[in-house]
Amino acid sequence: MENRTDKNSYTVIFAIGMVMVVGTLLAYLASSLKPKITENQRLEKQQNILYAMGINDNDETSAVFISTDKAPEAFDKNVADQIVITVDANGKVVKTQNRDEYFEETKQEPYLIDVKKQQANAKDGGERKLPLFVGENSEGKTVYVAPIRGKGLWDAIWGYVALDEDMVVRGAYFDHKGETPGLGANIKQRYFMDDFIGEHLISKSGEFKGITVAKGNADPKNSDKTDNEVDAIAGATITGDGVTAMIKKDLKLYLPYFNSLKGK
Amino acid sequence: MAKDSRLILDPLTDNNPITIQVLGICSALAITAELEASIVMSISVLFVMGVGNVVISLMRNIIPSKIRIIAQLIVVATLVIIVDLVLKAFAYELSKTLSVFVGLIITNCIIMGRFEAFALGNGPWRSFLDGIGNALGYGIILVIVGFFRELLGSGTLLGIPVLGDPIEKTGLYATGYENNGFMLLSPMALIVVGIIIWVQRTRNKALIED
Repeated sequence: MENRTDKNSYTVIFAIGMVMVVGTLLAYLASSLKPKITENQRLEKQQNILYAMGINDNDETSAVFISTDKAPEAFDKNVADQIVITVDANGKVVKTQNRDEYFEETKQEPYLIDVKKQQANAKDGGERKLPLFVGENSEGKTVYVAPIRGKGLWDAIWGYVALDEDMVVRGAYFDHKGETPGLGANIKQRYFMDDFIGEHLISKSGEFKGITVAKGNADPKNSDKTDNEVDAIAGATITGDGVTAMIKKDLKLYLPYFNSLKGK
Repeated sequence: MAKDSRLILDPLTDNNPITIQVLGICSALAITAELEASIVMSISVLFVMGVGNVVISLMRNIIPSKIRIIAQLIVVATLVIIVDLVLKAFAYELSKTLSVFVGLIITNCIIMGRFEAFALGNGPWRSFLDGIGNALGYGIILVIVGFFRELLGSGTLLGIPVLGDPIEKTGLYATGYENNGFMLLSPMALIVVGIIIWVQRTRNKALIED
């Protein structure tokens, strides 16, 4: 005897019904939770930038953000200006705006600029907006925090790097979407991020070299800060190469701005 | 009643999803380089399997057999997405830790396997127990593999150094011991799982197939 549920008409109706129920449920949930999620992401960006500036709740070994309820206040206090540099597809500077000028034009805070979207714009031959956050770090030094973004092994990786006027790293924060736990995911561990502090982006001969995440580094304790290299994570070659590439590619675009700082 | 308890206990040993049913190997390779990730993954799977098995069991009489696999897939995916969204809104930090596992949970063969083999033919309570049992059986192996891979590969447990400092050469490292970087790579998870299977079948000959 044929079962009621074996009929084609039942199968089709069931499929349509199930998709509609699930679709409605997910759409409702997603749209009702969206404001809360956007707010969380906004606070996270502030925490990331503050982390790179050395304003965080780090204990001895692990990386801890400043708490979300303190982040907005600390952000207002420590980030003195948010500069937006607009470059064309060749990396040539079109214009440089400060926070107020940018806000006037777009009604958007510069730290909410979506780096992913800007990279896509540049790839299509358009302009790219480069945000740069200026402020005093935890040691009272003026630092310039730049967001970077690139590809790891499985998915996107990104970060915030705090530089001083000479393009020496004063703080770094990296994060990832889906790198392998225990391997590539360790780019957001203290021991990896802290290795970048003090490293020079400019080589001894004066050209922009970035920082290479190097395997078989002869300097595992990372005492040489001017070799443009940090020690790689064993077993995470491709994620490490991704970090190298995003530092080289994205931070190079800021070179004209840092050169102009020195000219002053 | 005695039978109900077997639903939880069997998958822990003689019907373990990884070592006997050989399901869920892919995620066991991917995330066991660290003990912490193994534990997080085990808890996530425990939740999804418990709830998912109940949902499928409740729907077992109305799911058309022709499209049952896709219906199961929709149930898992919906559950995982709901959890992901709720965590993103109310426990953002936790959701970032879990984001890596979302894809691995949806495609975990154990979940689909138990839906198909058990929940479609049994009532909600028994399905719930079966889900919990299998998730625990999966978790045990994950934790064992994670323990050895992190200990031998990085010299740490849950991120805390237990064998000394490899760079300063203190503790065990002073004797010339080195971390085995190979333990961090996926193939070693297979070898550790293989050793567990070997030990288990040596102790219980009934598990050996001809």
